[in-house]
Amino acid sequence: MTLPFTLLQGAYIIAGLFFILALAGLSKHETAKAGNTNGVIGMGIALIITLFAAVFGVTSGGETVQEAGGIRALLLILGPMAVGAVIGVIKAKKVEMTGMPELIAMLHSFVGLAAVLVGWNSFYAGAEGGHHGIHMGEVFAGVFIGAVTFTGSIVAYLKLSAKMKSAPLVLPGRHIVNLGIIVAFFVMLVIFARMHSEPGHVNQTAALLLGILTVLALFLGWHLVASIGGGDMPVVVSMLNSYSGWAAAAAGFMLNNDLLIITGALVGSSGAYLSYIMCRAMNRSFISVIAGGFGSDGGVVGEAKDYGEHRETNAVEVADLLKNAHEVVITPGYGMATAQAQHAVADLTSKLRARGVTVRFGIHPVAGRLPGHMNVLLAEAKVPYDIVLEMDEINDDLPSTDVVLVIGANDTVNPAAQDDPSSPIAGMPVLEVWKAHEVIVFKRSMNTGYAGVQNPLFFKENSAMLFGDAKDRVEDIVKAL
Amino acid sequence: MLIGVPRESRPGETRVAATPKTVEQLLKLGYQVAVEAGAGAAASFDDAAYAAAGATVAHPATVWGADIVTKINPPSDEEIALLRQGAILVSLAQPALNPALVDKLAAAGVTAMAMDAVPRISRAQALDVLSSMANIAGYRAVIEAAHEFGSFFTGQVTAAGKVPPAKVFVSGAGVAGLAAIGTANSLGAIVRATDVRPEVGEQVESMGAEFVKPDVPEQEVSSDGYAKEVGADYAAAAAVMYAAQAKDCDIIVTTALIPGRPAPRLITEEMVAAMKPGSVIVDMAASNGGNVAGSVADKMVVTENGVKIIGYTDLPGRLPTQASQLYGTNVVNLMKLITPGKDGVAVLDWEDVIVRGMTVAKEGAVTWPPPPVQVSAAPAAAVAAVAPVVKEPKVPMSPGKRFAVMGLGALLFLLVAMFSPEAFLGHFMVFMLAVVIGYYVIGNVHHALHTPLMSVTNAISGIIVVGAMLQVGLGSHSWEFTAIAVAGILLASINVFGGFTVTQRMLKMFQRG
Repeated sequence: MTLPFTLLQGAYIIAGLFFILALAGLSKHETAKAGNTNGVIGMGIALIITLFAAVFGVTSGGETVQEAGGIRALLLILGPMAVGAVIGVIKAKKVEMTGMPELIAMLHSFVGLAAVLVGWNSFYAGAEGGHHGIHMGEVFAGVFIGAVTFTGSIVAYLKLSAKMKSAPLVLPGRHIVNLGIIVAFFVMLVIFARMHSEPGHVNQTAALLLGILTVLALFLGWHLVASIGGGDMPVVVSMLNSYSGWAAAAAGFMLNNDLLIITGALVGSSGAYLSYIMCRAMNRSFISVIAGGFGSDGGVVGEAKDYGEHRETNAVEVADLLKNAHEVVITPGYGMATAQAQHAVADLTSKLRARGVTVRFGIHPVAGRLPGHMNVLLAEAKVPYDIVLEMDEINDDLPSTDVVLVIGANDTVNPAAQDDPSSPIAGMPVLEVWKAHEVIVFKRSMNTGYAGVQNPLFFKENSAMLFGDAKDRVEDIVKAL
Repeated sequence: MLIGVPRESRPGETRVAATPKTVEQLLKLGYQVAVEAGAGAAASFDDAAYAAAGATVAHPATVWGADIVTKINPPSDEEIALLRQGAILVSLAQPALNPALVDKLAAAGVTAMAMDAVPRISRAQALDVLSSMANIAGYRAVIEAAHEFGSFFTGQVTAAGKVPPAKVFVSGAGVAGLAAIGTANSLGAIVRATDVRPEVGEQVESMGAEFVKPDVPEQEVSSDGYAKEVGADYAAAAAVMYAAQAKDCDIIVTTALIPGRPAPRLITEEMVAAMKPGSVIVDMAASNGGNVAGSVADKMVVTENGVKIIGYTDLPGRLPTQASQLYGTNVVNLMKLITPGKDGVAVLDWEDVIVRGMTVAKEGAVTWPPPPVQVSAAPAAAVAAVAPVVKEPKVPMSPGKRFAVMGLGALLFLLVAMFSPEAFLGHFMVFMLAVVIGYYVIGNVHHALHTPLMSVTNAISGIIVVGAMLQVGLGSHSWEFTAIAVAGILLASINVFGGFTVTQRMLKMFQRG
C-alpha cells in the first residue's frame, strides 16, 4: 500500500491553510486561542500524513516518489518525536513567564540545528528528481541560514539568561567580517552548485566546501548576535524567529516540499515584519539590525554631567498619593520582570480599582527582552488586558494623569530621547511620563539603564524615587493602603 | 509689617496699587494695610470700601512711612524723601530706562522692587505686571481704534446695503498683541497678525487670526521669551509685508517693543500714506519712540490723507478698575512669595531668581541688572538645537527611479528564471505568495500578542520535522544518515510541542477586565 502523491499534497495544502489561520488568529485577543488551535490542527494533519508517507511510501503516476520505510521508519519517527514532545511540553509547562525570552531563543536554535541536519542529509541523499545544480544551491542556502539561526539563537539565549555578558562585542572591522562571509557564501554557492554528486557517490570536495560553509555560518550567527547589546534583544529574538522561518523554507526547496516552503515563508516574512515594527518603535534602522551590532556605534556612556538632586520618597507617602489620585498609569519595564513584581503590581492595581481609582498600564514597544514581554507578565498576574495600553495610546493622556508609577523601566521613559540630541537614545519614542503631575520611580539604585545613559527624569521636580526591590516596595504600598 | 498704598501723583494716572479685594488678601498674609485717602477714587474704589475690607484710611505721612510701600508709578523725588530707610518700595520702576531713579532709591537706603523686571519664567507669571497690563492695553487699543473708526468691525448684510468687515492687522503677538487679536476677532473683524518669532504663529491662530510672516525662510527662536532685533534681510522682507498689509487693512495695531531699546520702526510714512482715509493706527509703542512714523505719545494725530494715528500711552489706565485689580493681585502674589511664614514679615530670599531679578536696589547698593535668567518661554529652542544633528529625512524615490529599480529587479529575476528548472519556479510561486500572506496576516497584530505570536510561529517553524521524517523513510541509506534524521526529528519536535504548549499557556492568562 502506498500513498498517492496527490493525497500528500492535498493534506499539505490544508495544513498550510490552517497555519495561515493560526497567524491571522494571533493578531487579536478574541481569536488568539482559536488561532493556536488552528496551528495545532495544521501541525497534526501535517505530521500524520507525513508519518503515513514515510511508513507506506508515496507514488506518483506509478512511480515511487518516497520509499516505504515500514515499521522501522514508524519506530524511528515516533520514538524521537515522543522524546522531543516530552522535553518540549515539560519545558513549556515549567518555564517562568519572566524566562520566556530565553525559552523562545533556545527553541529557535533547535529549528536552526534541525535545518542544518536536514540540509546535510539532503546533500548526502543527492538530488531526488535530477536538476543537480539547483538542488545543490538549495542545500547550500538551507545549511547556511540554519547554521546562522542556530548559533545566533544560542548566543541570544546565553545573553538573555545572563550566562554571557550582554554588552555588545566589538571586533575590529566587524562589518567587513560579516560582509566577507556573505560574499564568500555567494561565491561558494556558485562553485558548489556546479559540482555533481551521484547518489551513493558523495563528492568529497563538495562535502568539504559544505563543511567550510557550515563553520563560517556558525561563526557568522555567533558574531551577529554577540555584537548586539542586551537592550536590543527584543528585535534580535524576533529577527531570529524570522531566520528560523527562512531556514525551513530553504529546506522546503531542497526537499521539493511545498508545505515547508509555505510555512517557512509565512514565519519568515511575519517575523521580519514584526522586527521591522519594533525597529520603527525604537527609531532604529532595520538594515542595521540585520547587519548586526546596531546601537553600539560610538555610544556616549557614563558622561559626568550634573543633573541636580533627586528626591526620595517612601511607601506610605506613595500610598497616600495613590489614595487621592483619580488617574494612575503604571509603566513597567524589565526591572518588574527581574523582581518578579507582576503579581504584587496586579494586586496593587485591583486594590486601587476597588477604590475607584482609574489604573491603566502604558507599555513601551520594547519594554522587556521580548516583544510583548510585559503584556505576558501582566496577563500571568491576571491584569485585564483592556487596561494595558500601548505607548501611542497612553502618551496623550499622561499630562492629565495624577500619578505615574515607573516600575523598573528606565530608557523607555527617558526624556533625554526627546530633549538631548547628543544622547545615544535620541529620537527613540518614549513614554512621556514626566508630563504627569507626579512620577514615582521604583528603582534599585541610581544606576543607569541598559543604554548606559543617565535619566534626567529622576531629577525632575515632579518625580520621586522609591528605592529597593520593586516587588517588596509594591507590597509595602499595598500594605499601607 | 505695614503696607502703605499711596495715591498716585502722576497726572492722569487713574490706577491704584491695591483694591478692597487685594487688601483682604494682604491682611490674610499677616500684614496691616494703610490706604491714602482718595487713592482709589479714579478707579471707582472709595475710601469706605477700603475701610470695609480692613484697611485703615490714612494720611500721606503714615502711608509713605510704612514698612512696605506699593504703588504703580515710580516715585518722584519728593516722594522718595518721604520713604523710611530700609523700607521696601514696590513699583513700576523701569530700571532700564531710569538709572537715575534707581541710584536715588539706593542712596535713600530703600529696597526697591520693580514689578516690570519680573523674570519671564513660568513660576513668576502670577506676578508679571507687564503681562497683566499688556492684556488690558491690547484690549483697549482695539476699543480706541473702534471708537475712532468710522465703520462697523463686523461684516453685515442689511436692508440698507452690505457692510464689508473691517480688516485688522496686529503687529507683535505678545500678550498685548494676542489680547488685541482676541478683541478685534470678537468684534467681528478679519484679523491678521505677524511676529518676528515664528513659534508664536500657533498662538496667533489659536486666537482666531491669520498668521502672516515675511517671505524669508529662517528665523531664530527666542531664548528668553522676548523679541529681539532682527537682521537686514528679514527687515527688508518685513517692510514689503507691512506695505502690503497697510494698503489692505483698515486698522493697524502695533505692539513691537524690544526691552531696553527704542521701539523698531515698522510702519513708514509711505505706508501710512498708502492707507485708506479713515483708517486707524494704534501705536502701542509710542512711549518708546513708536513703531509708526508720525505717531506722537499720548496724542491722536490725523495725517493729511485722513489716517488717525493713536499714540496713547495710558491704555491700561483707561480701564482703571480692571487694571488696579490685576496690578493689585500681582502685588499680592509678590507678597505671598516674600512672606513664606504668612506672618506679615517680608523676607527677601536672594537665591530666588524672581526676587533677585526684581530687586533693583538694596541696602544702599544698586543691584540692577540681575544675572541673566535663561529660560525660554517656548520649548521650541530644543527643536532648533536638534535640527543640525537629525539625519536628513529620507527622500522618497521619484516614481521614475522606482520604476527603473523595479524593472531592473524584474529583468534580473527573468534571467534567473529562464535558466531554472520548471519545478523550481512552481515552488518559487508558492514561496512568494506565502511571503506576502505572512506580511499581511500579521499586519495589525495587537502589541500585547507579540510574544504569543512569536511562540506560535516558532512552533510552526518546527514543521521542518516533516523533512526529517521523510528522510528517515529513505531506508536505503547508511545508519549515519538515519541517525542525523532522527536527531532532526527530536530537535524539531521539542519545538513543535513546546511551542504550542507555551502559547496555549500564555493565551489562557490573557483576560478581559
